[in-house]
Amino acid sequence: MTSIYTNGDNPHFQYVLGLGDDALILGHRWSEWLSKGPNLELDIAASNLALDLIGQADLWLSYAAELQGEGKSSDDLAYLRDTHDFRCHWLTEQPNTDWGLSTARMLMFSVYQYIRYERLVNSSDERIAEIAKKALKEVTYHRRFATEWTMRLGLGTDESNRRLQKGFDTLWRFVPELFETTAWEQELADKGIAVASKDIEAEWTEVISAILAEADITMADTAGKRVIGSRHDGHHTEHLGHILAEMQFLQRAYPTAQGATW
Amino acid sequence: MYTTDLRTAEEKAKAAKDEIKVAEEGMAEFQARIDRDEFIEPKDWMPEGYRKTLIRQMSQHAHSEIVGMHPEGNWVTRAPTLKRKLILIAKIQDEAGHGLYLYSAAETLGVSREELVRQLHAGEAKYSTIFNYPTMNWADVGAVGWLVDGAAITNQIPLCRCSYGPYARAMTRVCKEESFHQRQGYEALLEMMKGTDEQKKMVQDAFDRLFWPALMMFGPPDSDSAHSSQNMAWKIKRFSNDELRQRFVDATIPQAEFLGLKIPEQIKWNEETGHYDFGELDWDEFWDVVKGNGISNDDRMNARNEALEDGAWVREAAAAYAEKQRAKSKAA
Repeated sequence: MTSIYTNGDNPHFQYVLGLGDDALILGHRWSEWLSKGPNLELDIAASNLALDLIGQADLWLSYAAELQGEGKSSDDLAYLRDTHDFRCHWLTEQPNTDWGLSTARMLMFSVYQYIRYERLVNSSDERIAEIAKKALKEVTYHRRFATEWTMRLGLGTDESNRRLQKGFDTLWRFVPELFETTAWEQELADKGIAVASKDIEAEWTEVISAILAEADITMADTAGKRVIGSRHDGHHTEHLGHILAEMQFLQRAYPTAQGATW
Repeated sequence: MYTTDLRTAEEKAKAAKDEIKVAEEGMAEFQARIDRDEFIEPKDWMPEGYRKTLIRQMSQHAHSEIVGMHPEGNWVTRAPTLKRKLILIAKIQDEAGHGLYLYSAAETLGVSREELVRQLHAGEAKYSTIFNYPTMNWADVGAVGWLVDGAAITNQIPLCRCSYGPYARAMTRVCKEESFHQRQGYEALLEMMKGTDEQKKMVQDAFDRLFWPALMMFGPPDSDSAHSSQNMAWKIKRFSNDELRQRFVDATIPQAEFLGLKIPEQIKWNEETGHYDFGELDWDEFWDVVKGNGISNDDRMNARNEALEDGAWVREAAAAYAEKQRAKSKAA
């Protein structure tokens, strides 16, 4: 199926859309932990992460809708696009198989988001800078939470180390995608609007390897390993379709009419 | 602990008599304090029955908050807009917070949260029967806020003046948050009632299914209630089940009318009493659900057990890590 937005069309919009979709899908994954967490404190923590991320998604997607200029809302973008129009990284889509995988993913992605936001705070696009500034505060906490849990699981018991290691091993193949940089993203970066993903790989790798070494987790060798396809062309793992089927159910099954809302 | 009692028989008898005298005097003083509307605090003397009743009531309350996360959690991944999703997550987070807060308050009576959770999982402790009803459509989420939190507030506002200090203070905070939930739930339904016929139908359906079980949240009728009179004297309870139920009906029916809902036929305004008559509730259904036969009883307990079992290795890891850190800082 052809994507409505082809790779490279309206890059400014696509870039902000990607920031929003990452936050939305990862936030959705955290919301799945509610009432299923290992204890009450972690139910509360998971809901905090979900609230922060979905709140960020709302800000990014509202701005994306403005850049798109078709009079849509953040909800239209979240609830009325199909998988091929989503721009989230594959890492965010992966299912919560256990607390180990969710921790591994949160460490990988919160460090990534932190570095990205830290640079986007200086974006020449004031709106991006403003949202990044707010989100950076939240992601600073997410990164700390993920680091602490990486230590607890990595150094806690043999089982927790094994499960956390498995989480990292499962997710590692989605790491190269985090740093893929399209020509249009590079152009936006050259204008000072965006961050070229490849430019943050070294810092990410340095931070992650230091944490994993301390947590007694082995870092996989990603050289030469990558998943083919691109989120920019609408390629995703099968998991995203299931997230959307659930998340968009009401909007799809009961389209509202005449300005009615939910 | 081993002790050797070297007292004579007479000495022992006298001591026992003294103990009874002290207990009787203690009981009179305890009741006098309650009658003066003083708060009883954790370190104060209290009768064993008072302590037990409070543990039962507070832990049931905490369990209800925790189990209550499930019917709402059922819709988190399907909430229809980002705003509704955020509101729902925040509400469920509040419930977890209330549970935590209430378990902590119960712990001041000398019982551990682990033991209370064990009682819930072993089926020894109860939680509110309302949570054994399923949330079937999106309007149920609004209706739970409006009706279930609404009924809870009606029950809990008097408990802000409950004689046990930690419980009263917990209730003050919980009530503030619950009344926010109640308004949010009602607002969501108002919005849906402005919408399509399908949306309106969802709201009516939710009301029809959840209204009667919400009335049962106040417990069995006064004529059947096992714990009432002593609890009234101890000011653990300040109004009877039926009084509170009537108060809730009187407040809720005009709200339902304002929403534009069809009100059940048996509910009629009574000019003489100045209250709504609502007839007999189906108490057979209530007891059936208490016994485990509600649509969702098994699902709720399975979900709790699953979370507890799946999370065991995480809790063990956190404990082991904390222990290692302690040993490390001690060695340093």
